[in-house]
Amino acid sequence: MIAIIVVVVIVVLLVVILMASYNGLVRLRNKIENAWAQIDVQLKRRFDLIPNLVETVKGYAAHEKETLDAVITARNVGMGAQGPAQQAQADNVLTGALRSLFALSESYPDLKANQSFLALQEELTSTEDRIAYARQFYNDTVNRYNTKIQTVPTSILAGMFHFTEREYFEAEGEAKGPVKVQF
Amino acid sequence: MYDQVAQNKRRSAALIAVFVLLVAAVISAMLYLVNLGIIGVIVAVVIAGGSAFVSYWKSDAVALRMSRAVPADPTEYARLHNLVEGLCIASGLPKPRIYIVEDEAPNAFATGRNPQHAAIAVTTGLLAKMNRVELEGVLAHELSHVKNDDILVSTLAVTMVGLLAIISDVFIRMMWFNGGRRGRNDRDGGGSFPFLAVIGFALLLVAPLLGKLLQLAVSRRRESLADVSAIEMTRYPPGLISALEKLRDDTTVVSASSRATSHLWIEAPVARVEEEGRLSKWNRMFDTHPPIEERIAALQEL
Repeated sequence: MIAIIVVVVIVVLLVVILMASYNGLVRLRNKIENAWAQIDVQLKRRFDLIPNLVETVKGYAAHEKETLDAVITARNVGMGAQGPAQQAQADNVLTGALRSLFALSESYPDLKANQSFLALQEELTSTEDRIAYARQFYNDTVNRYNTKIQTVPTSILAGMFHFTEREYFEAEGEAKGPVKVQF
Repeated sequence: MYDQVAQNKRRSAALIAVFVLLVAAVISAMLYLVNLGIIGVIVAVVIAGGSAFVSYWKSDAVALRMSRAVPADPTEYARLHNLVEGLCIASGLPKPRIYIVEDEAPNAFATGRNPQHAAIAVTTGLLAKMNRVELEGVLAHELSHVKNDDILVSTLAVTMVGLLAIISDVFIRMMWFNGGRRGRNDRDGGGSFPFLAVIGFALLLVAPLLGKLLQLAVSRRRESLADVSAIEMTRYPPGLISALEKLRDDTTVVSASSRATSHLWIEAPVARVEEEGRLSKWNRMFDTHPPIEERIAALQEL
């Protein structure tokens, strides 16, 4: 009798533990999806801010056409980018173009004093931070998830239910180096 | 890192239990000494439990009110809001409410009962004196308190320490005024009373001190842990290091801070008397924060 009870308790415990770790894996996987979506949200936010910025700068420095065009082109390329690698590349170009634009504003005191320009500059800087942070969070989550499905005992469960490893977001080629600012 | 956070959470639960027990013991000692017996003990437990419960729901509001914090306007303080949002993305936390304390001293604190109900307050002095990366370092430190579940314990400590102080204060005044009437009654009854009475009396005398020591246990280790977690968020040690250096070199004192809330702030908000000598080691036992030099040194090793 006691033996049966012990066996039943052990089985129930095992099932509970299995369920808990399965749910944990699912939760982490969803978190990864969410983290990836968050990166896209922030990228889109940046694309949305750029037309306003270009319009504002045009009011003060319309003849700096080259820099302005570079920003617009970079934005359009970025919006059409497919896949993480291309996205990272386009993103890097856009960051560079924006840096040049902000560097250029140094020689236009009126522009630098413009409230909406300052607000846009703050918005863009913080959006860039957020993109970086969103990627960092994505990688952190992937790291936790991959560690979980590679280590015992969750690795057994992961194998049974086909939880596969996720790829990290990696800055490709040029994006690894510091961005060059051109005047 | 994750181990430390888990350990931190267990310690939080233990601390809350100790606090509730201490408050219950103090109240029952007091009620016993004023002759209420077993009903007194029940009343004590109810009051202690009740105050813990109220603290749980309301202590963040109390802490914010005590520091005269007002909600930060999202357009006026756009940078502050943006930085917090960015860090929340990095750490996967919901965005806390943000408050401003009108004060020249650069300082900041976090409060609330869980990440969903958290608040961060910064002084106007902090906003004025820190650049973007430094401010980000400080905010990451505060968010780490939210993430590591420090805020609940330390905010509870505010109300509990206050409660203990009030109770023993009231008691000591009462004893003073009725001239130890209870003592005369019991000389007739005799029995075990004097022993219990001495314990109760002693407990009431040391309660504020015990509360204070608990507040410290809550605080010091957590400050160092939050520094490290902050770096895990920003991945940029120089930001927080130079912020701490600025805090060290600044000697302005937050005027809206009190001893009860001092452990909440990123840097001890009360003026510290620099002294060397035999007593200084004992004094340091009562610091709510580890020395800022040690914190900077710890970060530089990362």
